[in-house]
Amino acid sequence: LAHGGGGSAMRDLIDDVFLSAFSGAGRAAPEDQARFDLAALAARGDRLAFTTDSFVVDPLVFPGGDIGKLAVCGTVNDLAVGGAVPVALSCAVIIEEGLAVELLRRVVGSMAQTARAAGVSISTGDTKVVARGACDKLFITTTGIGVVRAGLDVGIAKARPGDVLLVNGLLGDHGAAILNARGDLALDTTIESDCAPLNGLIDTLIAAAPGIRMMRDATRGGVAAVVNELAEASAVGVRLSELAMPMRPEVQGFCEILGLDPLYLANEGKILAVVPANEADQALAALRAHPLGREAAAIGTVTAERPGRVTMETRFGGERIVDMLVGDQLPRIC
Amino acid sequence: MTDNGADSAEIGIEITLGGIVQGVGFRPFVYRLARRLGLRGTVCNRGDRVVIHVAGPGARLDAFVAALTAEAPPLARVDQVSRSVAPMPEGADFRIIESGAGTVSVGVVPDIATCPACRAEMADPKARRFRYAFTNCTDCGPRFSIVTGLPYDRSATTMAGFAMCPDCAAEYGDPADRRFHAQPIACPRCGPRLWLEGVDAGPGDPIARAAEVLLRGGIVAVKGIGGFHLACDATQAAAVDELRRRKRRPTKPLAVMADAATLARLCAVGAAEGAALAGPSAPIVLLPVQPDAPLAPGIAPGQRQVGMMLPYTPLHHLLVAAVGRPLVMTSGNGSGAPQVIDNEEARTVLAGIADALLMHDRPIARRLDDSVVRLAAGRMRVLRRGRGLAPLPLALPEDFADAPPVLALGAELKSAICLTHGEKALLSHHLGDLDEPGTADAFEAAIADYGALFAHAPAVVAVDLHPGYHATRLGTARAAALGVPLEPVGHHHAHMAAAMAEAGWRRRDGPVVGVILDGLGFGADGSLWGAEILVGDYAAVRRVGRLSPIPLLGGDAASREPWRVLLAHLDRALGRAAVDGEPSLRPVFAGRPVATLRAMADKGLNAPLSSSAGRLFDAMAMLLGCAPGRLSHEGEAAMALEACAQADAAPYPFVLRENDGLLEIDPAPLWRHVLRDRAAGASCGAMAGGFHSGLAAAFADAAAGVARRAAIGAVALSGGVFQNALLLQDMTRRLEGQGVRVLAPAEVPANDGGLALGQAVVAAARHLG
Ligand SMILES: [Fe+3]
Ligand SMILES: [Mg+2]
Ligand SMILES: [Zn+2]
Ligand SMILES: [Zn+2]
Repeated sequence: LAHGGGGSAMRDLIDDVFLSAFSGAGRAAPEDQARFDLAALAARGDRLAFTTDSFVVDPLVFPGGDIGKLAVCGTVNDLAVGGAVPVALSCAVIIEEGLAVELLRRVVGSMAQTARAAGVSISTGDTKVVARGACDKLFITTTGIGVVRAGLDVGIAKARPGDVLLVNGLLGDHGAAILNARGDLALDTTIESDCAPLNGLIDTLIAAAPGIRMMRDATRGGVAAVVNELAEASAVGVRLSELAMPMRPEVQGFCEILGLDPLYLANEGKILAVVPANEADQALAALRAHPLGREAAAIGTVTAERPGRVTMETRFGGERIVDMLVGDQLPRIC
Repeated sequence: MTDNGADSAEIGIEITLGGIVQGVGFRPFVYRLARRLGLRGTVCNRGDRVVIHVAGPGARLDAFVAALTAEAPPLARVDQVSRSVAPMPEGADFRIIESGAGTVSVGVVPDIATCPACRAEMADPKARRFRYAFTNCTDCGPRFSIVTGLPYDRSATTMAGFAMCPDCAAEYGDPADRRFHAQPIACPRCGPRLWLEGVDAGPGDPIARAAEVLLRGGIVAVKGIGGFHLACDATQAAAVDELRRRKRRPTKPLAVMADAATLARLCAVGAAEGAALAGPSAPIVLLPVQPDAPLAPGIAPGQRQVGMMLPYTPLHHLLVAAVGRPLVMTSGNGSGAPQVIDNEEARTVLAGIADALLMHDRPIARRLDDSVVRLAAGRMRVLRRGRGLAPLPLALPEDFADAPPVLALGAELKSAICLTHGEKALLSHHLGDLDEPGTADAFEAAIADYGALFAHAPAVVAVDLHPGYHATRLGTARAAALGVPLEPVGHHHAHMAAAMAEAGWRRRDGPVVGVILDGLGFGADGSLWGAEILVGDYAAVRRVGRLSPIPLLGGDAASREPWRVLLAHLDRALGRAAVDGEPSLRPVFAGRPVATLRAMADKGLNAPLSSSAGRLFDAMAMLLGCAPGRLSHEGEAAMALEACAQADAAPYPFVLRENDGLLEIDPAPLWRHVLRDRAAGASCGAMAGGFHSGLAAAFADAAAGVARRAAIGAVALSGGVFQNALLLQDMTRRLEGQGVRVLAPAEVPANDGGLALGQAVVAAARHLG
């Protein structure tokens, strides 16, 4: 692709890429904005949810997905963990001059496919091509709206002592897959990103655990970041169990070699949910019955002791603090 | 005593004494001294001082004042004496009077090993305290470990729940008795009781029954002064191995307690070491073990020295005597948790490790691990400051007198806090590693505890530069809550300042050169330092030299797995192709993900550069086969390397060069020489020795050169690597040989346990401007 996207051949090319991929996604006429029927939205809930995120992953294509899939999943999941039913996304793309058209087609194609799978439309968008070096290959920003179910009020400050922490499956896959793809690390591994839209799974979870307190997708900073935020905001302690963490032995081995703590690795298809103890069993069963939750597990409990602090019982029966990360995983042993 | 008429005119004076003069039997001493000299007057505690109001003939008063310091009780330390003329006291005799209302005593002293008089009394079948496990007097017994508040009085100790019997009360109230005002005074009738749990209930002496368990090869949890120990027979290999298995402590050395005669047979004890062992603080002393000593091999695998201590409480004396063998006495805790101090906690945490629990009902107010010291470069050096040493105040150089009170919070591992008040610094006892939740809780509690006990209101909070340390976060929050400034201090600057402060280096004495050999610490430039030459004073330093940095492949994993740092050093020194082509290295790296680590280095993926000296020791230990590929405790590789090193080996070469004004000490040639000698079949001891002397020579020469050019007369040696006695000895000798004064910590640990003192004086100096 060439810079100076005003040229009509260029414009046509890009329009073709996006229009052919997103056709049938609800774009009736080429207006400057998408329009929504308020009454239809209001029938589905009582609040509007609105979120945005930018995606700048390197490499653009990685085992288990690409930047397009990631851009849709990220925003769909950010809506869904708030208890919202995702409705529509926007998609703004910045392309570095020289990006192969086939690659763009692939990325846009996976956006469309993921949106279809998640049941959301990509209703509006924009593209810019910039000079070489002005961005790195391809940046995507997605913004989403959704409708929050009436009566459901989940939040990071709502955890209570006795509650149970659940995850819907194997941890660290995305972070490990990206590092491995980026690093050319001479490791024989088949780890793939877990990137997936979780709104369907979350529907099931909410139905099984109507008293649910909180949900978060454990993306950047991993499980550790979410749990620390939760402990701080709810003024509770959280006690995790290392043995209960669902994790591929491959990811564990990967982390051991790289000296990384898997609790800090990013996930793109994992939610952390806090449910009251009396709903934990049914919530877990519902997660496990869903294709994206087969490896779901209860990984910890909320405690009254040590408010604000996250601790973990280690594999060897010891106990350690799981901190909020400051910057990178900086060495501390003196 | 007779006087001729001219000298006998009575005059009145007031004497004020400062230092460690409270809680050490000072007032009864003054009382007995005054009676002996036939003087009349009073003595009392006022604030942290002792005030004496006394009248008598001038010559006798002079003798009295001289004797106050010359004959002071063993635990006292008189730092200041002032004398002034005063009105005549009332009364015809000498009396001890109670401290005035509102007087706050800050005289908390450390726990003191059982004195000879109390031991004699315990051994006397006719004495009231025959075989009594809680015998103590004003010269000995629990202090800091039982204090719950101030002033130091029985009601503010964990003895508050034990009402004195009439006999004890009489001793307590009699100024002529050696138990006059001994707050923990007790006897079998009124004091704490001992019992054994966990084995079949039954009658009999708990000490004798515990000894049976130990002799059978069992493990007994023993409640001591500052916490529980786990004990087993140190001569039974199976018992020691079983203790290690149950405690999940595979290789970290275990301390041994033995009576003086047994200890002298097991180890070579020099004069300074003997004095330390038998002193009031009764620490663990690292001592060379005799070749034929009947100690189980699992006590300190790969070490030539073992941590030994004498029994220091009546309970320990009784137990050691009943067993008749040396006992392993290691701290009683579950893995990753601090030492247990509470009976209920012991029943849950230690029950799975110990076969029986030897318990008592005197609560422990404060967890105090045993102190650890070793002889290095001619002095006893503290490696861990705990029971028996804390909370002895340290005297800062005199020009810190006007400094604002500072609270310094130390680093992440081996944590300790420091409180300063003018020219006094209080370095806390060892608090442990802050990545463990129980220790982190105890750390927060200790900040409150020390603050309350010593009535300390910080005007500045000092922390390490490392943003991820718990202590840094805590200090940042605390400074904000108190509304006082936060003073972040570079890790190696703090190590250097600790050495300066302990040596009495005044602010006005100007800059020194610092050689800081350490594991790793956040430097002023945000990179990871570890072997630096600094020039500066308390307020600021600049780096003038360093060891060539290598990537820490895997961050902290590189500190746990020495093969990673060996790979990084060899790749840097020889190049990857040469490393791969060296047949003798194949077994070292076989089966290890070398290609992945190299890719991490290339991509900068969790491979931060560091000039760590500790990791250089790890790498060398790995190459020489003294360390396993994965360490099970911090310092394991470095300790093993020191243990096998021969003294006075010919030094291996390092290259010294200058890059942009920064001296770089490059170990590259070292590796080529070691590989050559290794191939030629050189002994591990010779190679480890050559490494020690090579490193010492390189840094001593570089530092001496810096000092000469800058016309600086002193070099501070600090950082955890200087726990290594061989290295400290060698560097001290080389520097002193070049006419340089060496400042190396002894009363405070050279490791991170002494860091808070350095942080405190740096912060104080900056605020003094
Ligand atoms: Fe250090
Ligand atoms: Mg987001
Ligand atoms: Zn005594
Ligand atoms: Zn009594």
